[in-house]
Parts: sequence; C-alpha cells; structure tokens
Amino acid sequence: MRGRLWRLAVWLFVVGFVLNLVGIVGHVVVSSFARRWFATPVPSAFTTEWYAYAWREFQLDQVLMVTLTVAGTVTAAALLLGFPAAYLLARHEFRGKGPLLLLFFLPLLVPQMTYGIPLATTLYRYRIGGTVAGVIAANLVPMLPLAIFVLLPFVEQISVNLEWAARVHGATRLQVFRRVIVPLALPGLLTAGLLVLVNTVANFELTFLLSGAGSQTLVVALYYAVFAAGMRPIYSVDAMAVIYMTIVLAMLVLALRFVRPTQMVFRLDRRD
Amino acid sequence: MRLAVLLLPSVAYLLVMFVFPFAYGVLLSLAPGARGLSLANYLAFFLDPWQARTIWVTASIAVPNTVVTVLLALIVAYSMRRGIRGERTITAALVLPIALGTVLVAEGINGFYGPKGWLNQALVGLGVPELPRLTHNYTGVMIALFVQHFPFCFLMLLGYISGIDPALEASARVLGAGAWAVFRRVMWPLIAPGVAIAGALVFVMNFGVFPSAVLVGQPAGATRTIAIAAYQQAFEHSDMSMASAIAVVMGGCQLAGLALILVLRRRMAGTGVATMGAGKR
Repeated sequence: MRGRLWRLAVWLFVVGFVLNLVGIVGHVVVSSFARRWFATPVPSAFTTEWYAYAWREFQLDQVLMVTLTVAGTVTAAALLLGFPAAYLLARHEFRGKGPLLLLFFLPLLVPQMTYGIPLATTLYRYRIGGTVAGVIAANLVPMLPLAIFVLLPFVEQISVNLEWAARVHGATRLQVFRRVIVPLALPGLLTAGLLVLVNTVANFELTFLLSGAGSQTLVVALYYAVFAAGMRPIYSVDAMAVIYMTIVLAMLVLALRFVRPTQMVFRLDRRD
Repeated sequence: MRLAVLLLPSVAYLLVMFVFPFAYGVLLSLAPGARGLSLANYLAFFLDPWQARTIWVTASIAVPNTVVTVLLALIVAYSMRRGIRGERTITAALVLPIALGTVLVAEGINGFYGPKGWLNQALVGLGVPELPRLTHNYTGVMIALFVQHFPFCFLMLLGYISGIDPALEASARVLGAGAWAVFRRVMWPLIAPGVAIAGALVFVMNFGVFPSAVLVGQPAGATRTIAIAAYQQAFEHSDMSMASAIAVVMGGCQLAGLALILVLRRRMAGTGVATMGAGKR
C-alpha cells in the first residue's frame, strides 16, 4: 500500500513537471499568435502578423544566415578534427592518454561563463572577438570534445579485423580509412554531427560573449530581445522564440531517431 | 609514433583556445597595472561589498538548488528504475528544456509563471488567493534553474541506476531486506558515485548561472550573481583584468564546491560494500 502511494506521488510529480514544461513552451507559442493577450486563458483574437514583424524588426534573415554559417562550420570542423582523434583514442593505448582525455573533458565540464571570459579577453585582444570567425572559434572549444566523445564508442565498435583484412589485401592506410572506416563510422558521424549542430544552435554563453553587432546567432538575438522587453511588443519576441524553437526541435527530432535521451546528457558509464 | 598526427590538430586547438586563454586570463588578473604582478584585483573584489556579495548571492542560489534538484531527481529516477507508464514520452519531453536552452525557457517562465500567466489564472480560478510574485526575483531564478537542471540530473541518474544489475536487488529481497534496507544497504552504495557526479555537475552549472539570473531574476539586486559581475566588468567597464580576476574567483568557488562534494562522497561511501556492477550496461 505504502509502495503504491509512493509510486503514485512520484508519477504525479513527473506528470506535473511535464505539464509545467508544456505550460512554459505553450505560453510562448500561444502568445506569438495573439493579437493582444491580457489575463485570459486564451487571447481573444489571433494573428500571424507578429512573425512578419519579428522577421523584419529583428533582421532575422541576417541572424539566421549567421546561425547557419556558425553551426555548419562548427559541425564540419568538429567532425573533421574530431574524427581522427576519436579513431586514435579508440584504437591505441599510449602513455599520457589519461591527461589527454582530461584535456578533452575539461571544456565540457568547466562552465562556459568561467572560461568564456578569459577566452573572450584573448580573442578580443587578437581582434577576432566580435566577428563570426570569433564565434565559430569559441564554439568549437566545447564542440570538438563533444564530437570526439560521441564518436568514440562508434569507432570502438568497428572490428579491427576489417582493417587488417583490408591491409592484407593491399589497401594503403589512407584507403583503409576512406573505404573501410569512414563508411562504417557513418552512423556515428551522423549522430555526432547532429548533436554538435543542435548544441551549437542552442549554445548561448560563448556565442553571447564573443558576438558583436553582425555576428549574433538566433539565441543571442533572442536574449537581447527578451532582455529589452518593452522595446518591442512581447508577442513579436515570442514569435522569434517560436522560430528558434521550431529550428531546434526539427533538429532534435532528427537527432532523437539516432540517440537515446540519456545519451544526450552525458555518458556516465566507462568502458574499460 | 606517426599516428600521433591524427591527434595533433584537436590537441593543438584545445591548447591554443582553451589552455592558453585560461593561463592568459589568470596572468592578466594578476597584472592590473602596467608593471609587476599584484593581488590588487582580488583585494578590490573581496573588499568591495557590492562585488564580494555576489559570492554569497550565487551560493544562496546554487547550493539549495543543487540539493533539491539532485534529491528529487534521485527519488524519481530510483522509483522509475523498473520502468513506468509512459516512460518514453516522459524522457522525450524531459529532453526539451535541455535542447531548447536557458533563454527560451526563461522567456516561457516569465509568461507561464508571470502574474498574468496560466498558473496564476488557474489558481485564482480554483479559489486560491493569488500567489506572491514568482518571476523577476530569487524564486524565478530557482524555478528556471530547476526546470533546466532537473531533467539533466534525472536522465543522468536514470541511465546510471538502470545500469545496476537487478539481480543484486533481487538477492537482497530474497534474503528478507525491506524496501528501505535494499536502498540503504545495497543500492545506495552503488548509486552514490553517480549522485556525486550529477551533483557536482549541477552545482558547477548553477554557480555559473547567467542568462536565467538576468532574464527571470533581478540582475541589479537580489540575483546579481558572480557571472553577472564578471560580465559587467568585462563588457560594461572594459576592465578585462578585473573581469578575469572575477572569473578566476568564480572558477575557484566551483572547484571548492566540487572538492566538498568529493569529500562528502568519500565519507558516505565508507560502508565497505563492494561497488561491483555499478554503471555497467
């Protein structure tokens, strides 16, 4: 009896939490379609004109361009630099591997606000801060390790025998890499790519610290719009939020086809 | 070894973009003037009550929030270790705030928990007196951080707990252990390392809180956290030296929190139970 009551309480808490999420997201969506909305369950009249307004006033075409450039470049660079590293880490044991893994782990562990300030200081000093290149360079710092750690288990699953077989049949190292390893690691590359993409689009702190007038991504633009609430109708801010949400959710749905939710968070289990 | 070439680009990148800026920042924080090293920045920070207060403000947000988040996540994840109705839907829904990020969640909280939001409307409709203000203050930041970090912590612990061999629990049951004894004597020693890691991560994230503290909080007063202080120093006063010093203090506090959690974990895990089978899937 006590056990059942306990489970019911837990279940109610979880449902309540999910409802609260629905309320949070739902409020933004409903508000973005409201002509005006004051203290009623639903607005009295609906409109879609806030989307056009937000698109115009927040220069979303330019912001989206920057977001795509940043996310695309970061993803490509993270995979390009990260895949060889993941391959080596998965295949070989060598001295100093522990400290090296720690170096890769730290940017994921240390909060971005803590290392973002010195990083911004450095990049502004070398005049990269405030540019799109600066935003890309900064975002790559946590995204490269993320790509490596997502790729690692995928590379580990590829049997070494396949490589040896290819070598025995006269393939060069490069051929083995291109014709055997990369095709077999394609699911991993896809997963890592999608996770890096979603994370870069949604990544706030580093982008915020490094972006200037022409190099804001969508989240940062949204932050400034929410921050300056009252400058523009709240419905237009919410319309922008919905645009952002749609983009992230579309990528998330895609990513969730390949990834388990617990994997999105962190890998706690170590494979020894 | 020729294969080291594969590793070189990523290691070089992190050395240049992560290790070097960090070292540069520490050095810069120690060099406020043109010549020599000094602790002037740190002294100024700790002697100025308006600045030093941010440590207390941040801790009074981060510590209770971490405790509540980890505790609730542990309870829920533990109760769900053998599955629950609608588990897939629930876990998918919980990824939402993680993926959407703090800014969007903050905007939604301002609406939903706001004075004219659905929550207050529902409560008034049910005849409950109107709630005190929940947004743009301390409570708002607490709600925002909880909404953000509970799913994170829960999913992490769920993955960890469901990796524990169910046979261990079954054996304990057969030998006559009750629900509490199973938890305390069998499961807890296995779960504790995961809880410590989850708690450490949540604490570190809580201590660096920035967007929530600005958007749902009261950044000029009650929720002026240390990250806000560092940001203002860097971008409003253009004092990178002082900003770096504050960032170093922030990092130091996060490290101290981590150390504390590790010490606590060592104390609590001293039950002499073998921790085999933990976290293996």
